Amino acid sequence: MMKVLVLIPAYNESARIAEVVKSIHDTVPDYDVLVVNDCSRDNTAAVAEAAGATVLRLPFNLGYGSALQSGFKYALRKGYEYVVQMDADGQHPAKYIRELAEPVIQGLTDVAIGSRFIRDTGYTMPFAKKIGVFIFSTIVSLVTGKTVKDPTSGFQALNRKVLQLYVSDAYPVDFPDADVLIMLHKLGIRFLEVPVEMRPNPKQKTMHSGIATLYYIFKMFLSILVTLLRKEPRGTGR
Amino acid sequence: MTGELRVFSILIGIFVFVGIIELVRQRKLREEYSWLWLLAGASILVLSSSYKFALLLGSMFGGILPSTILYLFAIIFLVLISLHYSVKISQLHNQVKNLAQEVALLKETLKDGNSQSE
Repeated sequence: MMKVLVLIPAYNESARIAEVVKSIHDTVPDYDVLVVNDCSRDNTAAVAEAAGATVLRLPFNLGYGSALQSGFKYALRKGYEYVVQMDADGQHPAKYIRELAEPVIQGLTDVAIGSRFIRDTGYTMPFAKKIGVFIFSTIVSLVTGKTVKDPTSGFQALNRKVLQLYVSDAYPVDFPDADVLIMLHKLGIRFLEVPVEMRPNPKQKTMHSGIATLYYIFKMFLSILVTLLRKEPRGTGR
Repeated sequence: MTGELRVFSILIGIFVFVGIIELVRQRKLREEYSWLWLLAGASILVLSSSYKFALLLGSMFGGILPSTILYLFAIIFLVLISLHYSVKISQLHNQVKNLAQEVALLKETLKDGNSQSE
C-alpha cells in the first residue's frame, strides 16, 4: 500500500491545529499526518498529538522553510512515497488533499501546486500581496514557459524524487516559493497547478506581514537571480 | 603623514599582530579566523613604517596622501573581515539548522521506539 504523509509546519497554532488534523483524518483516513512544531510558545504540539497527529518537535524556532524541510527529512526516512504539505492555520481545506495528491500518485507530475487563481473562487488578499503574486507569477511563467498563477501557494503534493531534492542544501529554507519552482524547472522536475479553494488567512499578522514583506520581496528577487545564474542548484550534488 | 600618526599606527599594527598571535596561542581564536586579522596588522605595520611604500601606493591611486592610503586599507580589511564572518555565520547557521532537525528526528524515533516497546 502506498504511503502518503500530510505535512503541516506549525507555529503557535493551538487554536486551529486540532480542527485541521481532524479534518484530514476525516477526509483521507489512509494518509498519515505529521505536524512539525516549530518551537511554538503555546501548546500546539500537545494539541496536535491529542488530535491524532505525529509531532516532530524542533528544539528552537527555525522558521517555515526549515520546519517544512524537517518534515521532508522525516518522510524520506520513514519511507513515504508522497507528501502533501499544507498550512496549519486552516487556510487549506482538507477536501482538496486527494485531488492534489492524485496527479502525483498517477505519475502525471512530480509536484502538484494547489492554485487559488485558476478558477474564480472569490479568494481575496491584501493589495500589496496581490501585486507580489502577480510579479512572481509573471517571472516564473516567463522563465519556465508555462503559466503559473499561484507561485506562492504552500498547498502542494510531491513525490519521493522531489523529497530527495528538498532535503538537500539546494532547498531554500528562507521563504521557499517562486524560486523553488524555477529550480524545479531547471532540474527538469515536472510541476502543474491544480485548482483549489482557500480560506482567507484568519491571522492578522502572518510571516509575510510588516518588515518581513520587504525582506521577502528582496530575498525572492535575489534567490530567483542566483537560481538562474547557478549552473547546478547548490547541494544537489549533480 | 605626521610623525605622531606614524608612531601611533605602528603601535596599533604591532598591537593587532601580537594580540592575534597571543589569542591563537591561548586557543581563544582559531587559526582559520586569524589570517585576515594578521594580514591587516602586517599591512598597517608595513604602510606605517615604510613612508616610501605608502607614497608609492598613494601615487598608484592618483596621488592620494599616505595617511589616506592607511585609512583606505584599514577600511578594506574591515569590510573583508566582516564578509569573512558573514560567510562563516551562514555556514554555521546551516549546520545549526541541520543539527536541530536531526535532534527533532532522533527524539521522535526514540519516542516511537519507546511506545512500541511498551
